[in-house]
Amino acid sequence: MPASPEPDLVVAETRAILADHSAREGPLLPVLHAVQARFGHLPRAALPVIAEALALSRAEVHGVASFYHDFREAPAGCQVVKLCRAEACQAVGARELAEHAQARLGIGWGETTPDGSVTLEPVFCLGLCACGPAALVDGDVVGRLTPEGFDRLVAS
Amino acid sequence: MRLYLSQDAAAKALGAEATAAAIRAAAPGVDLVRTGARGMVWLEPLLEVEAPEGRLAFGPVTAAEVPDLFAEGVPGASHPRCLGPTEALPWMKRQTRLTFARCGVIDPLDLAAYEAHGGLAGLRRALGMTPEAICAEVTESGLRGRGGAGFPTGIKWNTVRQTHADRKYIVCNADEGDSGTFADRMLMEGDPFCLIEGMAIAGRAVGADRGFVYLRSEYPDAIRVMQVAVDRARAAGLLGPSLLGSGQAFEIEIRVGAGAYVCGEETSLLNSLEGKRPVVRAKPPLPALQGLFGRPTVVNNVISLASVPVILAGGATFYAGFGLGRSRGTVPLQIAGNVKFGGLFEAAFGLSLFEIIDDIGGGTASGRPVKAVQVGGPLGAYFPRDLFDTPFGYEEFAGQEGLIGHAGIVVFDDTVDMLAQARFAMEFCAVESCGKCTPCRIGSVRGVEVVDRIARGEPGQIALLRDLCETMKFGSLCALGGFTPYPVLSALTHFPEDFDRARRAA
Repeated sequence: MPASPEPDLVVAETRAILADHSAREGPLLPVLHAVQARFGHLPRAALPVIAEALALSRAEVHGVASFYHDFREAPAGCQVVKLCRAEACQAVGARELAEHAQARLGIGWGETTPDGSVTLEPVFCLGLCACGPAALVDGDVVGRLTPEGFDRLVAS
Repeated sequence: MRLYLSQDAAAKALGAEATAAAIRAAAPGVDLVRTGARGMVWLEPLLEVEAPEGRLAFGPVTAAEVPDLFAEGVPGASHPRCLGPTEALPWMKRQTRLTFARCGVIDPLDLAAYEAHGGLAGLRRALGMTPEAICAEVTESGLRGRGGAGFPTGIKWNTVRQTHADRKYIVCNADEGDSGTFADRMLMEGDPFCLIEGMAIAGRAVGADRGFVYLRSEYPDAIRVMQVAVDRARAAGLLGPSLLGSGQAFEIEIRVGAGAYVCGEETSLLNSLEGKRPVVRAKPPLPALQGLFGRPTVVNNVISLASVPVILAGGATFYAGFGLGRSRGTVPLQIAGNVKFGGLFEAAFGLSLFEIIDDIGGGTASGRPVKAVQVGGPLGAYFPRDLFDTPFGYEEFAGQEGLIGHAGIVVFDDTVDMLAQARFAMEFCAVESCGKCTPCRIGSVRGVEVVDRIARGEPGQIALLRDLCETMKFGSLCALGGFTPYPVLSALTHFPEDFDRARRAA
């Protein structure tokens, strides 16, 4: 698992990201995305910098960031596997696939394996509803995923 | 020799990238055009070969099959695996492709191909019309919100047009979170200029010079395509200070969501765009009067906006000529879940669920009997077979205690446990509730508990569940809490045996 970045670096880079987004209307959400894209999570040290630049309280920034499923407070594992839990995938075995995935990795939803290799997250619909069960693996789409296919994915 | 292969997310999920690489290796000289999707997901990766009789379909073509398929050069009509011309396949022939006319046909980012296939005709006509006339034309077409609410698009536009403000906005709701739906994704990945054109027409109609596409983060491919399309449209003068040299300004920014289902609700979406915590707002005021940053705002679904170019190009009467009752025009049906032939099928309103599931969809993929279909996403009702003669239309589905929503249809076979589905509906609402109103925030948590007690066979709990649903339906601020009772109550009403299970087992 990658080490947490130095607070000074976080502050400097967050300021640069804020400068890039200064012309936008309502820039908070794009800024949070950019900070997470840079560090893999939202480092604690970034929040007061964002709050000050956007004339918000730290509580407001935290309130926005913590609302969304996408933002994380700690780095994820090397591989992030998002399994669809929604109805269309349930109709073709997503519940069973999820049980298999959790048993195989020994972790629950939103958790990372102790060796830091895989983070398992639920997702509610990837728009792959005619070729489920669907998954998103490090941003790449996977359709008709079987338990055997899942084992190959996390082994590779 | 020109070949076509989709790079839609569904095609990629089924191996289209590996197939493309294999084709380039097997036939290095060919021109392989990457298109959007035709919508026949069961045939993906679908390879099309240009021929005098039209494009010939081959599918599904896995990477491993490519060397054999290309053993004697590019395969033609006489090849045993040829399915015939794509346009002649029954699935394609039976459709009325108005909104999705170009999807799967052209390179999505080729603006010249877009224009050659009828693109920009609607915008050109709109630029010569008064804003009032554009709104009237959209109203007369009968177009209603394809996101699910079904509000007449032209009337919404006219409200924004008549509201005076220093700035107005067009917001495209591309937060397509309903399970079983992928029409927005397919359109944005397969014909992004169509959405841009629709938004530009909307801007002209209401006097807005700025638009946002609020696109969910679960659609990384759609985000990439839309971003490039906006840049190319700007470079070509289709966006910017003077649309096609008309003096009309319009700009679009792509905004990415962050994994919150409730942001598909328009007021939550507006708060999200503003950078606020995306809890829903009470209405009134309507977004048409006080929307984004307090300004008059058109909030429309992707398909509503993408249907506008063809309405302007063909005229209101042409579009209104399709459909039934008060549901005019076409609807992209998304046939999903446990179904043999799944995908997107654009047709005039009015098909019955029998036609859609048994005939077009071919029944279940598992080969077992169909037990239920959920129409309209996680907030839509479950329909049993005895309601399959319901024609597909806004009022017709409302009349059966259901909704068409975004026209997603999820098929389940007879192994589905409807009590588990009812529990999931409550659980989903609990996970995704924004927390602003109590019936949704607390009701959904209590709902999961009550369903669990029913599963244990405790008496009196079914009456309690019905009572709770009543409270959520009438006491919630938005459709998340207000419509969660649809899947729960429909499961309970149409499949009572699944709720009696625990007692029978005892």
